[in-house]
Amino acid sequence: MKKKEILVLEELLGSNKKIAADIREKLEEKGILAINFLSSPGAGKTSLLERIAERLKPHYKMAVIEGDIETERDAERIRAKGIPAWQIITGGACHLEAKMVGKIFSEIPADLDLLFIENVGNLVCPASYDLGESIRCVILSTPEGDDKPKKYPKAFTTSDCLVINKIDLIPFLPFDLEYARKEALEMNPKLKVFITSALKDSGIDELVEYFLSSLRNLRQ
Amino acid sequence: MHELSIVANLFEILEEKAKEQKAKKIISVKLKVGALSGVVPEFLETAFDIYKKGTIADKAKLKIEDVPFKIQCQKCQAEMVKDDFVFICDTCGSTDLKTLSGTELLLEKIEMELTS
Ligand SMILES: Nc1nc2c(ncn2[C@@H]2O[C@H](COP(=O)(O)OP(=O)(O)O)[C@@H](O)[C@H]2O)c(=O)[nH]1
Ligand SMILES: [Mg+2]
Ligand SMILES: [Zn+2]
Repeated sequence: MKKKEILVLEELLGSNKKIAADIREKLEEKGILAINFLSSPGAGKTSLLERIAERLKPHYKMAVIEGDIETERDAERIRAKGIPAWQIITGGACHLEAKMVGKIFSEIPADLDLLFIENVGNLVCPASYDLGESIRCVILSTPEGDDKPKKYPKAFTTSDCLVINKIDLIPFLPFDLEYARKEALEMNPKLKVFITSALKDSGIDELVEYFLSSLRNLRQ
Repeated sequence: MHELSIVANLFEILEEKAKEQKAKKIISVKLKVGALSGVVPEFLETAFDIYKKGTIADKAKLKIEDVPFKIQCQKCQAEMVKDDFVFICDTCGSTDLKTLSGTELLLEKIEMELTS
C-alpha cells in the first residue's frame, strides 16, 4: 500500500473570502457603501433599518438585502418605507454567504449610495462569513444582557461598529451600559459604539452620520 | 451551526486533491482551528463524521490542532496568549497589538492511499 501525505494549507472559507473580495471591489468601484448587520434574533435590525430609511430616503439612494431562514416579512417592512429590498431565503442556513449576495449583485442599481445587509439572526455563524461589506455592524439589545460581547468574540472582534439598542428598556433591566461598552472595547478597541432606541427613535442620527461619513471616505 | 457548511467546503477541496493525486482513499485530514475562528471543533468533528459516509474519506480520521489566540505588542514587543480575547498588552497596557495566530481555519494536510 502506497501512502502519501500532502501539505495543503488552504483556508476552509477561502472560496467565500474570494467572492467577498470581488463583491467589495465592485461595490467600492461604484462608490456604494455596504453595511452588514449582525445580531441575535429580535435585537432590532429591521426596526433600526426602518428608522435609518426614514432619514436617508429624501437625500440618498439606499437598498436592503434581507437574509432570513424563512419568510419575506422583513423585506416587506423595508419596502413599505419606499426602499428597494431583496429577500434571500436561506432555507435553513443560519448565515448569509458571499455567493448568495453575489447572485443578486446584477440587480443592484449602479447609482446606489448605501446597501444594507440584514444577516440571519444569529451572533455566531454570520461572523465567519465576509459578505464584501465595508462596515460590519453588530447590534446588541439590552434584554440580551451586558455580558454578551465576551460570549460572542468573533462577532465583536470582527465588527467596526456596535449598536446597543433598546436603551429605552434600561430602567427595567439589570443591564450595565458602561460594563457592556467596556467588555466590547477591551476585545476591539477600534469599535465605534452607538446607543439607540429604534422604538423611541433616539440615537439614530449619530448612527446615520457615521454611515454617511464612511460613505464620504469611501468616495474620496 | 455553520460547521456543516464548512465541512462541505472541506470535502470540495478533499475530492479535488484526491483526484489530482489519483488517490484511492483518504486516510487522515489535519485541520488548524484558531480559538477565534468562529467554529467549534467538536461540531466540525460531528459534521465530518456525518459527511464522510460514502465518500473517498469514508474511513478517514479527522485531526484538529487547536491554535491559541496569540498577539504581539507593537510597543514593548511582548508576545502573549489571550484566552479571553482582551486586546490589551499584559505588560505595558498598550492597545497597539498585532494578531499572530488564532483566527485561522485551515486545511493543513491530507494523508492518502495511492492507487498504485
Ligand atoms: N423596547 C424596544 N423594542 C424594540 C426596539 N427595537 C426593536 N424593538 C422591538 O423588538 C422586536 C424585534 O425587532 P426587529 O426589528 O424585528 O428585530 P430583528 O429580528 O433584529 O430584525 C420588535 O417587536 C420591535 O418592535 C427598541 O429600541 N426598544
Ligand atoms: Mg429582522
Ligand atoms: Zn506591551
